[in-house]
Amino acid sequence: MAEVTEEKVVTKVKEPKEPLFSKKNKKLLSDPLTDNNPITIQVLGICSALAITAQLKPSIVMAISVIFVLGIGNVVISLMRNIIPSKIRIIVQLVVVAALVIVVDQVLKAFAYTLSKELSVFIGLIITNCIIMGRFEAFALGNGPWKSFLDGIGNAAGYGVLLIIVAFFRELLGSGTLFGYKVLGDPIEKTYLYSIGYENNGFMVLAPMALITVGIIIWIQRSKNKALIEDH
Amino acid sequence: MSLKSKLHNLKLKYKDKKMAPAFNALHTFLYLPNEITHSGSHVRAADDLKRTMNTVIMALVPCLIFGMFNAGYQHYLALGEIDEAANGFFSAAFWSLDNLVIGLWKVLPLVVVSYGVGLAVEFLFAVIKGHEVEEGYLVTGMLVPLIVPVDTPLWMLAVAVIFGVVIGKEVFGGTGMNILNPALTIRAFLFFAYPTWMSGDKVWVHGAVERANEIAGGAQLDAISGETILGGLAQGKNILGSGDATYSIMDAFYGFIPGSVGETSALLILLGASFLIFTKIGSWRIMVSAVLGTLLMGLIFNGVTSAGWIAESSKFYALMNLEFWKHLIVGGIAFGIVFMATDPVTASQTNKGKWIYGFLIGFISILIRVFNPAYPEGVFLAILLMNVFAPTIDHYVVQGNVKKRMKRLKLKTA
Repeated sequence: MAEVTEEKVVTKVKEPKEPLFSKKNKKLLSDPLTDNNPITIQVLGICSALAITAQLKPSIVMAISVIFVLGIGNVVISLMRNIIPSKIRIIVQLVVVAALVIVVDQVLKAFAYTLSKELSVFIGLIITNCIIMGRFEAFALGNGPWKSFLDGIGNAAGYGVLLIIVAFFRELLGSGTLFGYKVLGDPIEKTYLYSIGYENNGFMVLAPMALITVGIIIWIQRSKNKALIEDH
Repeated sequence: MSLKSKLHNLKLKYKDKKMAPAFNALHTFLYLPNEITHSGSHVRAADDLKRTMNTVIMALVPCLIFGMFNAGYQHYLALGEIDEAANGFFSAAFWSLDNLVIGLWKVLPLVVVSYGVGLAVEFLFAVIKGHEVEEGYLVTGMLVPLIVPVDTPLWMLAVAVIFGVVIGKEVFGGTGMNILNPALTIRAFLFFAYPTWMSGDKVWVHGAVERANEIAGGAQLDAISGETILGGLAQGKNILGSGDATYSIMDAFYGFIPGSVGETSALLILLGASFLIFTKIGSWRIMVSAVLGTLLMGLIFNGVTSAGWIAESSKFYALMNLEFWKHLIVGGIAFGIVFMATDPVTASQTNKGKWIYGFLIGFISILIRVFNPAYPEGVFLAILLMNVFAPTIDHYVVQGNVKKRMKRLKLKTA
């Protein structure tokens, strides 16, 4: 009997190169804006959302800062992911964030001094923002730089959008202004809305109302998309 | 066709429609439902939720009526149009028609807005969620106008009521599921949102704000000083007591003093309390322990001042030095203890828990009252705080009982 041996030919098939904005990559960018929002769904980064959303301007600066830090940070961590010993990875991550945050802080101090005073310690506290460490740990350590970049930008933008929504309502109802412009009239000279007895809601400026506003947004989002409701 | 059968027909017509809960609520509110139970065994008790609520409302009515007269009385007294201050509870200077007219004019709109807006929100939620309208708002709607100053703008009250009912109650699942007392949530919202309308010496007497504005505009009028006794005491004024003090002890006990609409009369609150205890609707344990807590904290502060541990120039001295029992007749503490702390939903459920819960309410109220002049009325904050802790207290009481019985079991079997 003749033996037939088949030689196994191992061929290395090169995977087709994924286009830069494939469907999967786009999802990385768009998911955190809606159904996987870091604040409303993952409930991360609440502390800064409470602290700086009393006004729109600092919220927008904060959003841009976090987009910058998380976008670049994710790329840096992703590039180093194969050489970081896992025992000290948290320290390495902290060094990366800290370096980036200092850059943001210095830029703000140089070009927007009053704003940086307003944000004071909270720019420094971006380091401890749970979203940043969370994305480093959960995504950048296991994915390539381009994907990490998109994920970073997406998550930071999702955070930023929520910050701006909350700040819009808090500034409008709490101080009667938007970006510092008195859109509802002057509360002291009693013009426009104030002339008929309207008054600013002082509670909106306090931190509890930020939490309640975030809670209401979570409520609306989940009642629109029932799939997001966790079961117990 | 009688109204009852008309309502019944309407109910049948709208059955399974979106608006069904609204008609059901109207029907069951006015009449006993005509449905009978179909299965299982049932215990029939007369004290259903509606009757419980109505009993509390009945207990509140004297306070409301007194509040109306008092609104007018304080107004005319401040204007100097009452020659002789009320002397004795049935004094004619107090129970006059003029006073009642001002009271009706100022207080009834508060009641109407409170009920109208609150019930509208309840109806809305019942229709959207498709459940029956719950009776929970009946008492809240009555409490709210009683715990705000007379001059509260109606739109503020409406905003606060919407906030209180939605955030304080509906998000937790409606009546019976709420953690915080909705009436106090509304009060707290008003206090933090519009502090200028909720504290100070201008808001407690009707007309004081307009008067102050006119004076600021150059009119030659006497300013109305309508601060509450607590506000005056915090500034070290001789406002309560005998001699040349502004108000006598009996004034404060009868309630002829400025304050929120329904909380001034300790006498009528006492009447309401005995009614609630008699009908077994309000928990006497909570009331008694809260009074004990108040007295104890007052005694501690009295002890501190008489031992000379605090300088007389200290800003806390005046309120610390107030005789311990006077704390009960000034401010809203009596009202809070009787009508708010005893809310069966948000209070502790276990008997031992009720003692702890009530005691801490009294204790913390006086602590806030003395140490935080910015919040001279600490009662609502103390009750809200203890509302949050009530489930924890219950948990430990139950666990303690479980442990005790396990021990007993071991002793028996060993």
